[in-house]
Amino acid sequence: MTAAVETIAPPRYSVAARRDWFAAFVFLLPNLVSIGLFTLIPVVAGFFLSFTNWDMLSDPQWVGLENYQDILKDRQFWNALRNTAIYTLIVIPGGLTVSMLLALALNSKIKGTAIYQAIFFLPYVSSTVAIALVWKWIYHPDYGVLNAMLRAVGLPGVDWLTNPSVALISVAIVQIWQTAGYNMVLLLAGLRAIPKDYYEAARIDGASPWTIFWSITVPLLMPTIFFVTTISIIASFQVFNLIYVMTGGGPGNSTKVYVFYLWENGFSFFKMGYASALAYVLFVIILAITLIQARFLGRTPGLGGR
Amino acid sequence: MSARRIVSAIVVHGLLLAGAFMALLPFFWMVITSLKVPEDMFTMPPEWFPNPITFDAYERLFSLIPFARQFLNTLFVTVVIVLGQLLFSSMGAYAFARLRFPFREQLFLLFLATLMVPTVVTLIPTFIIIREFGWINTYMALIAPAALGSAFATFLLRQFMLTIPEELEEAAKLDGAGHPTIFFRIILPLVRPALAVVAVFAFIHFWNDFLWPLVAINSESMKVLTVGIATLAASHYGTDWGVLMAGSVLTVLPLVVVFFLAQRQIVEGIASTGLKG
Repeated sequence: MTAAVETIAPPRYSVAARRDWFAAFVFLLPNLVSIGLFTLIPVVAGFFLSFTNWDMLSDPQWVGLENYQDILKDRQFWNALRNTAIYTLIVIPGGLTVSMLLALALNSKIKGTAIYQAIFFLPYVSSTVAIALVWKWIYHPDYGVLNAMLRAVGLPGVDWLTNPSVALISVAIVQIWQTAGYNMVLLLAGLRAIPKDYYEAARIDGASPWTIFWSITVPLLMPTIFFVTTISIIASFQVFNLIYVMTGGGPGNSTKVYVFYLWENGFSFFKMGYASALAYVLFVIILAITLIQARFLGRTPGLGGR
Repeated sequence: MSARRIVSAIVVHGLLLAGAFMALLPFFWMVITSLKVPEDMFTMPPEWFPNPITFDAYERLFSLIPFARQFLNTLFVTVVIVLGQLLFSSMGAYAFARLRFPFREQLFLLFLATLMVPTVVTLIPTFIIIREFGWINTYMALIAPAALGSAFATFLLRQFMLTIPEELEEAAKLDGAGHPTIFFRIILPLVRPALAVVAVFAFIHFWNDFLWPLVAINSESMKVLTVGIATLAASHYGTDWGVLMAGSVLTVLPLVVVFFLAQRQIVEGIASTGLKG
């Protein structure tokens, strides 16, 4: 557009439209500041930081890809990644089974659904830190109520949090316990969306409840199951609070999970560059999971389950 | 057929009762332990009901750490964040749902994209930014990153606003009402159900928040409850289970109250949006 045309032509946008722009800017300003300052800038800054060594005392030093090369050679990194993967592999099938059983039971038109739903949901709204303390006490090897119950039925007590080969499982049980009610609500909503006609037809054909479950319920519930699985994987990969309070990463390094190792590098060892590189590796892992989900469900991530 | 129905009823109720027992047992045990005298805590087999009942553990809690102050810190920070998110996210939502401006769709997609960024990715840079502002160990450190709105709340409220017919605003527009009037007088009252969902989830989330307050706060009197009791547990009072359980009871209690007041919003909110934890 030349200057001459601009002066002759009427304004391309009306006064009202421009007033809308201004209003939009004002209405969006707080959100823009928030997202810019506390998400976008940190995402970019973290990326650059991951190519530096920085202890927060002296100036950051550019080291190129060194942090990423170190990560690949870091046995603690692989240990943390393995622990996180094992933890996730316990939480997903365990959590899905428990929440599915509860959802199926609540879907069978019984009295008191609302009360049960409220009870199952209580652990989810409760503070994870407080919950972790309570479970640490329940797991106490000598005076814990769990070992007391085991001994009452003649079983030996278990070193729930002090045996390196059990501790990760014990923490995973707490996560399953805490999130079962949440997953159940999602699965129940999915179950209720399955048209009744399908069940009627199968029943007339004489199909057993077992067959009905595997050939009707599960396939039709698949989008919800997939959504629940994905958000559980993402949550399990970022587990921190439970580990911090219950085990502190021990015994040995048997429960040192990814975010705990990252936090330790950043805020105990003050290796900010290295911790940033760890954060980016995790970012890529979680992004991959999210994108797989988005492709599978054909929806924008974070909105599913409808 | 009827025998089979009875069996299935027994299985269903058995499953639900077992589930309810498992869900409630830790809460029961937390409360019981907090009311015991220290000698009764370490008995085998454990006593299911405290005898005598004592509030000593609560007294110890308030004398060992500035618990009352930490409780008020948590309440203050959480309430400010909730109010901020309600106001600023519904303002952003109004812009996306009702106003025309260049790059609106692209900007909205950018908002959605930020939902995919895990908190731990922004943790260290955010810490550095807050430190540059000199806000470490202040309320601003806890409030600022959250109170200007969240992309998720903006998204949720925008979706809700899109379902409101625009005719409702036409009359006001003809009367010459500006956007602030339409927003505050017409839209906000109509999106109250969505605001309730946002408020409840933000309250639960920020009351329970741990990792950020853990790195952003370093003095006892500025700590929030989660960090306060976690620090206490890591100190040499870590074996005083009565105190730790008393702290847990008082940390969880406000959430239980909010939960029972807003149970319907919570369940419906999750079922309809798959709200992230």
